[in-house]
Amino acid sequence: MNSTRQIGRWEHYFWPLFAVAIAVLIWQFSVRLTGSKIFPSPLDVERGIAELIRKGLLWRYIGDSLRRVGIGYCAAALLGIPVGLALGWLPAAAQVVNPVIQMLRPISPIAWIPLAILWFGVNDFAAVYLIFLAAFFPIVVSSMGGVRDVPARYRQAGRNFGLSPLQLVAKIVFPASIPQIIIGLRIALGISWLVVVAAEMIAVDSGLGYLVIDARNSGKRYDLVVAAMLMIGVIGLGLDLAIRRLEKLQSVRWGFGG
Amino acid sequence: MLATATRAVKLRAERVNKTFERDGKSTKVLENVNLEVADREFVCLLGPSGCGKSTLLNIFGGFLEPSSGEVRIDGHPVKGPNPQRIFVFQERGVFPWLTVEGNIGFGLFRLSRAERAERIAHYVGLVGLGGFEKAYPQALSGGMNQRLEVARALAVNPDMLFLDEPFGALDSITRLVMRRELLRIWEAERKTIIFVTHDIDEAVQLADRVVVMSARPARIQTVVEIDIPHPRDISAPRYLELRDGLFDQIGLAHKI
Repeated sequence: MNSTRQIGRWEHYFWPLFAVAIAVLIWQFSVRLTGSKIFPSPLDVERGIAELIRKGLLWRYIGDSLRRVGIGYCAAALLGIPVGLALGWLPAAAQVVNPVIQMLRPISPIAWIPLAILWFGVNDFAAVYLIFLAAFFPIVVSSMGGVRDVPARYRQAGRNFGLSPLQLVAKIVFPASIPQIIIGLRIALGISWLVVVAAEMIAVDSGLGYLVIDARNSGKRYDLVVAAMLMIGVIGLGLDLAIRRLEKLQSVRWGFGG
Repeated sequence: MLATATRAVKLRAERVNKTFERDGKSTKVLENVNLEVADREFVCLLGPSGCGKSTLLNIFGGFLEPSSGEVRIDGHPVKGPNPQRIFVFQERGVFPWLTVEGNIGFGLFRLSRAERAERIAHYVGLVGLGGFEKAYPQALSGGMNQRLEVARALAVNPDMLFLDEPFGALDSITRLVMRRELLRIWEAERKTIIFVTHDIDEAVQLADRVVVMSARPARIQTVVEIDIPHPRDISAPRYLELRDGLFDQIGLAHKI
């Protein structure tokens, strides 16, 4: 096989779908082989999904999960990017704040669930707050790193052309940091989607995470558990593909090796 | 000297010294540098790599302060970078997030939209990047990027250019083409140019005067006037004579 060969358009879709088909087949045969009465077969799960659609739950739960991620994540980006840029730009401020950030950062957002419920109760706010926490730190840290890594010659050129410090941030430091900020945004979105499931298992009573725990608790409906898991996976993949399109923008492609 | 006698002095460096302090150790980089550059003159600073010629250029550009001594441009002490004097970098200094047009127009934010468009069009043409206005730097060759950086510098209509080994990263053929291009542009828009290089041929091909600097701490060893009109025949006896003279100055043998 020649690995540098151009991959044809049909192959681009065919092989991934082929791999999925094989995985489903292995799943089907394992259920058949072990004669499991509890673990659902692919067909059971498909029926489960159909049932969720019929009851109008699927779209509602997906919508709830996406809304929570959307609000928490956007708030984290809107606050995290300016904070990261400011801390990267002002090393003195970073020295003061960085220890706090570095200490809060390794705390899993899941560990915040009790406090979130204490402060906001069992509702959307609690889940949104957890997602905000999950997304905020990666965005701040990558924005800070982006500013720190702006090559000196770009800043020097900006000063040479007579830019004020504020113009320097807007016209040099920010655009030069965007590739790293995008990496942070992508990591943050992935974590947000992981955290929303955990948050919904405990802090609210709707959404895909709630569906997983509710289907198990009320009647051991493992077909619905697996159906919800599949939805989480597919939507997570979709979110990642969507945000990766940012890396393809002409004005930031230089930061991604081509 | 011929060049300085007939034209006004643009830049005057007097007893410039520079010492860097790092980890409690001090390194003397520049020692008692005295230099006069005439208006619209093309001067090459020639010296071995790491001798401190870039440091001197950064002091001229206002990015570094001398430890002692003074640099005056048009009679005023240099107090910092200034859009009247643009620095062109050794490595690629063009902004990769901006198109060719965006880069050339970068320093023109004080102009009206129409004036800016006019300037951009003029300099796109001057450096031969027509047809690439909307292209991003990563789609251009190294030589095109260096021309773009020169165009960005010229667009703000500075009266001095500081070039820090601008063609150092290019292959030898492109480098030759770029020198011809730079001379052509310099014919079109006379600026005072101070050009740092460690390439003897480059210096003899480009400069009105070559300032030879010693190894660290850099001192001005000698100043050689290149009295050959452009375009220069690089196999003419006078060219070879000047070139060999510089080889001797740097302390290199003529055989390899």
